[in-house]
Amino acid sequence: MLLQEADIGMEPKHTLEMKGISIEFPGVKALKGVDFTVQSGEIHALVGANGAGKSTLMKILGGAYGHYVGDIYFDGEKVDIRHPHEAKALGIDVVYQEVDTALIPYLTVAENIMLDKMANEMKGKHFIRWGNIHRNAREVMKRVGIHLDSRTLVQDLSLAEKQMVLIARALATNTNFLVLDEPTAPLSQTETEELFRLMRDLANNQDVGVVFISHRLPEIFEVCETITILRDGLVVTDTTIDAISQQKLVELMLGRRFEETYPKLHVPIGDVIFEVKDLNEEYGRVRDVSFSVRAGEIVGMTGLVGAGKTELCKTLFGAYPIKSGEMLLHGKPLQVRSPHAAVKQGVALVPEERRKEGILVDEPVYVNLTLPSLDKFTKGPDFVNTKAERATARKLIDELGIVTPSENQKVAYLSGGNQQKVAVGKWLIADAEIYVFDEPTKGVDVGAKRDIFELIGELARRGKGIIYASSEIPEILDISDRIYVMYDYTIVKEFATSEATEEEILFYSAGGQ
Amino acid sequence: MTAATESTSSKKRLSGIIDFLSKWGTIITIFVLLAFFSITMDSFRTASNMVTIMRSISIVTVIATGITVSLTVDGFDLSVGSVATFSVALVMSFFVWYGWGTIPAIIVALLISLIVAVVNSFLIVKLHIFDLLATLATMFIFEGVAMTYTGGGSISQGMPRLDGTPTTGTIPPEFRLIGQSPYIIIIMLVIVMLVHVFLTYTKHGRYLYIVGGNREAARLSGIPVNRYRTLAYFLSTLLAGLGGIMLAARIGSAQINSGAGYLMPAVAAAFIGFSVAGVKKPNAIGTLVGAILVGLLENGLIMMSVPYYSLNIIKGLVLAIALAITYYRKHD
Repeated sequence: MLLQEADIGMEPKHTLEMKGISIEFPGVKALKGVDFTVQSGEIHALVGANGAGKSTLMKILGGAYGHYVGDIYFDGEKVDIRHPHEAKALGIDVVYQEVDTALIPYLTVAENIMLDKMANEMKGKHFIRWGNIHRNAREVMKRVGIHLDSRTLVQDLSLAEKQMVLIARALATNTNFLVLDEPTAPLSQTETEELFRLMRDLANNQDVGVVFISHRLPEIFEVCETITILRDGLVVTDTTIDAISQQKLVELMLGRRFEETYPKLHVPIGDVIFEVKDLNEEYGRVRDVSFSVRAGEIVGMTGLVGAGKTELCKTLFGAYPIKSGEMLLHGKPLQVRSPHAAVKQGVALVPEERRKEGILVDEPVYVNLTLPSLDKFTKGPDFVNTKAERATARKLIDELGIVTPSENQKVAYLSGGNQQKVAVGKWLIADAEIYVFDEPTKGVDVGAKRDIFELIGELARRGKGIIYASSEIPEILDISDRIYVMYDYTIVKEFATSEATEEEILFYSAGGQ
Repeated sequence: MTAATESTSSKKRLSGIIDFLSKWGTIITIFVLLAFFSITMDSFRTASNMVTIMRSISIVTVIATGITVSLTVDGFDLSVGSVATFSVALVMSFFVWYGWGTIPAIIVALLISLIVAVVNSFLIVKLHIFDLLATLATMFIFEGVAMTYTGGGSISQGMPRLDGTPTTGTIPPEFRLIGQSPYIIIIMLVIVMLVHVFLTYTKHGRYLYIVGGNREAARLSGIPVNRYRTLAYFLSTLLAGLGGIMLAARIGSAQINSGAGYLMPAVAAAFIGFSVAGVKKPNAIGTLVGAILVGLLENGLIMMSVPYYSLNIIKGLVLAIALAITYYRKHD
């Protein structure tokens, strides 16, 4: 605290200013003259609904998009950032949302951390000193406070660990500004705390300016000092965190008043339609799991990151091989040897990794929406009836409120929340009996989140069985009828949602007995 | 106007030109070549020479549509040349050695050729070998199989088998018709249309492209990914086998490694086809346009007395340019 007070009187070491930044993509004007300033030693929140332009702004700062209009000043001097190496030269490092794209899976932790150094600081040198690489990497990791073996292959790490490796890489070179684009989305509670400790250390003791993007508002109030709010490509507010309340922040983000909780649609719950008995996955990624789902019931499947929720979802969908156990739908055993078989028998999955698994970014919206149910849009010998396809897609775009110029737009150009609506929407036509949602609100703004909740409520009203897997306990408490808590690849506790509390769920999630 | 905005606007103009060229460059080149050859050589302009060009590209085109299908699933079939060689040897042996009729000979030859597809899809889908490498292996395997089958020699009417057994079978004249124009050209056009319709208008075509675009997302959408990858290799083998049948009808005998020479121009045609009219994915009509370009170039250069042994330089360059256009993408 003393240190911080002493800081206030001092001039910040560096100031980074972006002025009048605009950028356009086919069909979208993503930023419309944005001013953004960040200084050394502060943790600056950048918030906004999905599609507000946060990630785009930070990609410009990191040199990933060179075709913007506007000026960037570093310590008052105009600089031209059009390529990643130009950003790096100024000590600006961006850790993007999609961690896997920035890492090389078959290299070790040490090599990945030292990658920039190996790539940029070896002019004239040809031989690698492995001892140095590992020693330096370990030093950086120590500074960052991660405890990994520098010889582990990155492909064997968890998502949270990969993120730490990326942060370590940024810090291995001289860093003045560090941008973290939604770093906490895949992290557990303790991992998040650890990250915050690191962010504070960087800001207070190493004079780094940190830009923090997050959808979790309490986190912003916990860790940030200043905040910039974007909406539709414009800055709506730029202020200190003390000057704003959580309620006000949500209003500014959305441009309207917003209820914090999501009212659950109450529907009559029927008989058990889906039953899982002693399910085991071939490689132990699901162990002795038994549970049931009733018609119209939303079953919450929660637990910390790494508890096995995603693995369970994939096993139910036939994407992971089953070793033993039984799955019954309407009392009849299911044979799900592949996702293809699962879909045929009425199981649908909205996977966690949206861009990699849920949608085809290079295809138009209508192709994505009709993909699992293309059989319904054929005439004659398997000819696709594109007209019918497009008509259905237009209807669905309307119903789900997907923001897109038309059904022919490439999904790559939609915002995260709208992409997720496409990923969910494609299963509505398929007409499944059991819907499995794996972290459906990950990286989705509050408005789109509400839309998705309404959608799930509607499915329940139609008497479908819903499995909702998420590590966001408040969400689970809002939407579910019953909750299963997972720990170490198995179910450890069952609650009726009306009797569950966040504390209790956390207790069992953390392995308490 | 500042220097910075000037440079971005000129950059924009440049990328616009590149865009235009990658879309229409192939077709423009075809017309430029036509004009150039027509002006420099009187004999080039004749209608009979145009027919010659179309006839000469028909086998390449059919084989290239096979490669095109394998490309849709993000695969690559290098074994098509050997498949063609294999089916030439089979169909000729059925006529000359065993005296079969046209229809059974063609059908049985195509069916036996499909063994290559079985091996390819086993290696690629089941054993997870990279497409390029797996088909490189089968390319050699079936080149060898074809040669072993013919006993390391050629098969033609009246010629005794290598062990001295005299042969009595004849090549049916109606089979030879397949290799004559206009029939061979008609077959090519029909195949291109069929493949085009299949890829563009059917559910299966849609699935093939989706599997090629994002295999995991396709799988999690319930598409039987392995089945479609297998289908792609069966189709590419079938089309390559058909190319072999057309080749057999054209030359009327089975020569050693007769299909091998078709691999390179077929690959070039399929890759040139990517960019034609800005489709940006493998497609049958683009492949036909690509084959026309390659055929035109070859024909014109031969007429200009460029020696045959130097033609590969030009063909290789065309392939390199086609690949450059396909893989040179702007960073957007």
